Amino acid sequence: MQSDRSPEIGSTVAIQKNVFNSLLSKLKEQGYEIVGPHVENETLVYAPIAKLEDLPRGFVTEQEAGSFRLVYTGHTRYFDIIPGAQSWKQYLFPSRAELFTLRKADGTWNMETPRPTAPAYAFIGVRGCELAAIQIQDNAFLRGDFTDPIYRAAREKAFILAVNCLHPASTCFCASMGTGPRVEGDADLTLTELEDVFLLNVGSELGRNILSGLPFESASAFVLNAANRGLERAAQQMGRSMDTSDLPDLILNNLDHVHWREIGERCLSCANCTQVCPTCFCWDATDTLSLDGNQTRRERVWDSCFNPGYSYQAGGNTRPTIHSRYRQWMSHKLGTWKVQYGTFGCTGCGRCITWCPAAIDITVEIANLRKEIR
Amino acid sequence: MSPHKPTLAVYKFSSCDGCQLSILNMEDELLDLAGALDIAYFLEATRAERPGPYDIAIVEGSITTPHEVERIKEIRRQAKVLIALGTCATSGGIQALRNFTDAKALANTVYDHPEYLHYLDTATAIAEHVAVDLELWGCPVNKGQVLEVISALLNNRRPNLPAYSVCLECKRRGTICVLVDKGIPCIGPATQAGCGAICPTSGRGCYGCFGPTRSTNLDSLTNILTKLERTPGETVRLYRGISGYAPAFREIADELLKEAK
Repeated sequence: MQSDRSPEIGSTVAIQKNVFNSLLSKLKEQGYEIVGPHVENETLVYAPIAKLEDLPRGFVTEQEAGSFRLVYTGHTRYFDIIPGAQSWKQYLFPSRAELFTLRKADGTWNMETPRPTAPAYAFIGVRGCELAAIQIQDNAFLRGDFTDPIYRAAREKAFILAVNCLHPASTCFCASMGTGPRVEGDADLTLTELEDVFLLNVGSELGRNILSGLPFESASAFVLNAANRGLERAAQQMGRSMDTSDLPDLILNNLDHVHWREIGERCLSCANCTQVCPTCFCWDATDTLSLDGNQTRRERVWDSCFNPGYSYQAGGNTRPTIHSRYRQWMSHKLGTWKVQYGTFGCTGCGRCITWCPAAIDITVEIANLRKEIR
Repeated sequence: MSPHKPTLAVYKFSSCDGCQLSILNMEDELLDLAGALDIAYFLEATRAERPGPYDIAIVEGSITTPHEVERIKEIRRQAKVLIALGTCATSGGIQALRNFTDAKALANTVYDHPEYLHYLDTATAIAEHVAVDLELWGCPVNKGQVLEVISALLNNRRPNLPAYSVCLECKRRGTICVLVDKGIPCIGPATQAGCGAICPTSGRGCYGCFGPTRSTNLDSLTNILTKLERTPGETVRLYRGISGYAPAFREIADELLKEAK
């Protein structure tokens, strides 16, 4: 039954794939800057998109520890690609942002704090693990006692179209982290791509509003079943898994284990894992002072616990060795994060595994630590 | 800040002049720079020369001749603060390739009358001859870093120079890792940031012109790179590039060659 009324919140509707272009146009009309997966320079990035054809239809990613390849197979699905190095973090928590500028005039310093401005982003194709990562960063940046104005400016306006993952990569382990392949968090719309149609679950008033007036029909039991079966299959096909049953104690009770040193022999301390991690939120403040000393601009830039300067303080570096920096990272992700925020700092997206040039695999390292202790 | 404008002297040793040009390339800041400093000696910019001592001496190039050995000592005597500018001055630069071979044989091959040449067997960093207060790496240097160092000196603060790897600069600008994504050999994970990740952003691997980071793991990187070699010996050639005579890169390349034998 074709309908042009508004769908109910919580309901799932089916649209023909070409109708998705109307959905994108509508987002654009409402002022959204639409970003989604896109093939650029022969690799996969998140970039502005305008139409369905901008999505990486026909491409898959082959991911292994330390290796990523974008491969064209010619399939007909638009949302089948497992994300690459980039994450939505780059929009909500930009890698570089001005905090303030100080100017000296008539012997006094004046502080100019820019009002955080961010476009209203529409994120197209947010995976379950990625949505969970956004919610984890919310816990850090949108706290009751402190709210980060730069993050908030982008976050509160963002429209999220999430996507259920039907074909996870071999580095994925969201099923064991409880964040996917089915989208569990709050999205405005959640899409499941079947061969002929997109199923859209309406998660918010905003999502309902975007769909209203577009030709949709309510999803039949047949297509809903197909989606469910696909998601069950995806959970079983997950390339990796993480046993979290003894975390964080396994890490926190074994901080002096020789296994950390063994990892340190392979780790480059290059910081790639932290930079591609969608939950890592560490930053540094850098000042740029004018030659005459009358003006200074402070910027916030992405930093990493793997950088030697990160843990440098009066008296020296508290984590002078590579293994101590790796241990700090992993014990935060899978240990003290839970103490701090009530969740793990890992959603099982697998980026740190794929993008580690040394192919260090967090799921393998945890399993090995457990094995060595027993 | 001292009541008078600090005097600046810029010197060239064995080099291509590119790093001095990076100073002259500061189109937007050059007038401010000339306003803040008293440029007393900078032959690439002005014929006017005034005798030392100078508050700041910036030295480009490496030490490759007996005459240069003497000249740098005199410059050190005349300078309150001495900055080695660019990878020639900090590691010997590309001309230090001759350190890995027989300089005399090279001279005989290149010149009709090598007997007229007065050269040392090696091209070496300024710091191997005199005390250096600060080293700025890069081939060429990043003009922003030059400005940062001068601004820090003028304002009595520590310069803000990154100690981390090029990887962070790739990520900050959204460049996808060429090593992981394309299997291109890249020594960015072991190279000091500062360039802004120019090479990976252009789709090629980093060849380390900003020199090795202080905290790195070259053994592990070497294991990765040797598996990615497109031609035999590529890893050694990567390490023995523009900053190949920097101790960390030099030692790992030597080890690799020893193993190959």
